[in-house]
Amino acid sequence: MAIRERMSGNEAMAVAMKQINPDVVAAFPITPSTEVPQYFSTFVADGVVDTEFVAVESEHSALSACVGAQAAGGRAMTATSANGLALMWEILYIAACSRLPIVMACVNRTLSGPLNIHNDHSDSMGARDSGWIQLYSENNQEAYDNMLMANRIGEHPDVMLPVMVCQDGFITSHAIENLELLEDDKVKAFVGEYNPKEYLLNKENPISVGPLDLQAHCFEHKRQQAQAMMNAKKVILEVSAEFAKLTGRSYGLFEEYMTEDADVCMVVLNSTAGTAKYVVDQYRAAGKKVGLIKPRVFRPFPVDELTAALSKFKAIAVMDKADSFNAAGGPLFTEITSAMFGKGVVAPKVINYIYGLGGRDVRSGDLEIVFNKLLEIASTGKVDSVYNYLGVRE
Amino acid sequence: MSKKELKTVSNTVTWKEITEGGIMPYAGNAHLFKTGDWRSMKPIWLQEKCKQCLLCFPVCPDSSILVNEEGAMTGIDFDHCKGCGVCAKVCPFKAIDFVEEGK
Repeated sequence: MAIRERMSGNEAMAVAMKQINPDVVAAFPITPSTEVPQYFSTFVADGVVDTEFVAVESEHSALSACVGAQAAGGRAMTATSANGLALMWEILYIAACSRLPIVMACVNRTLSGPLNIHNDHSDSMGARDSGWIQLYSENNQEAYDNMLMANRIGEHPDVMLPVMVCQDGFITSHAIENLELLEDDKVKAFVGEYNPKEYLLNKENPISVGPLDLQAHCFEHKRQQAQAMMNAKKVILEVSAEFAKLTGRSYGLFEEYMTEDADVCMVVLNSTAGTAKYVVDQYRAAGKKVGLIKPRVFRPFPVDELTAALSKFKAIAVMDKADSFNAAGGPLFTEITSAMFGKGVVAPKVINYIYGLGGRDVRSGDLEIVFNKLLEIASTGKVDSVYNYLGVRE
Repeated sequence: MSKKELKTVSNTVTWKEITEGGIMPYAGNAHLFKTGDWRSMKPIWLQEKCKQCLLCFPVCPDSSILVNEEGAMTGIDFDHCKGCGVCAKVCPFKAIDFVEEGK
C-alpha cells in the first residue's frame, strides 16, 4: 500500500531523492529551492542515504561537481532556482552535450532582475535550449512523481540526457499538501541501478571526457544530441506507463482536462493549471465548452501530439509565466504556434497571455478574463490582440 | 590504435558512429591532430652542434622533440611543432636555430 503523507513540494522532492539514494548530491542554497538540499543534508547526517553530499561555494560549482560525479560513473543530483540556475548556465550545456543524465530539482523563481524571490518561469524557460529534458509539475504529488521518473528517463541508453524537474516556487514548493509516497523498496526497484556504458572510474576501459571538439566532429555530436532528445519522447511515455502500473497515476506528454468537446482551450504550465481546472469546472457547470491542456514535457517538445490535440479548438490561449522579450509572445506561445504552423494546423485562433510575473497572484477571476476572451473569439472569429499581459495594472 | 578506433576520430565518421558525448575511449590520439601549420617560426636542429644534453625535450610544450629508444634527440616533429621557440632559447649550445617559416 502506498503511504499517505502531507508535505511541502520541496520536501516531496527531497524525499524522492532520499528514496533514489544517489551517489552524489552537490547543491548550493537559493530561495525557494533551499529546502531541497536542506532536507537532503539531514538525510545524509542521519545516515539514511549513502550519498556523498558536496557543500559547494556556488551553483556553478554544484553542477560542475555533478558533471564530475556523473562522468565518473555515479548518479548525481542537484537542486536550484532562478539566479542559481543562471550561474549554472555554462555547465548546463556541458552536462547535456557530455550526455550526463544528472537530475535537477528546479524550483521555478523569477530570474533577476528586478530582484524577486517569487515564482515565474523565467529561469527554466531561459534554459530551454540547453539540452536538458524539462518536466513540469502542477502540484507536490507531480513534483514527487516526476523526480522518481527522471532518472529512468535520462539514463535510458537511447537518451543519456540530464533532466530538470520543475515546480512552482512557494506556490507548491512551500505549500503543504497531501500526497501518496511509494515505499522505499518499490522506488529502489523502479529506479534501479545506474550502469553507464563508459565512465571515468572504469579502470578496465579508461576514457577521457570533454575533449576539444572542432569543426570535424562537433556538428556530428550535436546531431547525435538532437537524436537523443527525439528519442526521449518515447522513453518518457514508456517510463510513465510503467510508473502508472506501479502507482495508478498516469502521466503523458501533457494532460487534457475537459477538452473532448471543448470549443476553446487554455494551455498552461505548473500550478496555475490547478486554478484553471477550477475555472473550467465553473464554466462547464454554466454550459460553456472550455477545456485545458497542461504540458508536462516541454523538452522534448511534443510537436505531433500537441498540435493534433490543439487542432480541434476554435480558439486557444497560451499562457506564459515568462516573457521572451521578443515583442511577440512568450516561449510557450511561440513554440506552440510555430509547431502548429509547421504541421499545417492553422484553423484555431491562438492568443498569448503573459501572466504572474514576479509571483503576481493569479486568481480564478484572472483566468475568467482569458476564457471570456476565448469564447468571444470563438463566436466572432476575430482576434484584436495576440500578445497580451494579464493582471498587470494598466 | 585499431581501425575501429581510428574511424571514430576520422573526418569521415558519421553522427551515428561517433562516440557518445564526445568521450575518447582510448588514449594517445593527439598525434592524429596535426597542428604544424599553426607555425610561423621554425626551429632548425643543428646536429653537429648538439651535445645531446636533452634540455630541449622537457621544455617543449608539445611532444615535438623526437627522441629515439637510446634516448638520443633525433630531430623535430614538424607535424606538431607550433614554433614557440622555447627549445631554441633553452639550448646552451646554440644547436637549435630559430627562423621564419618558409625561408
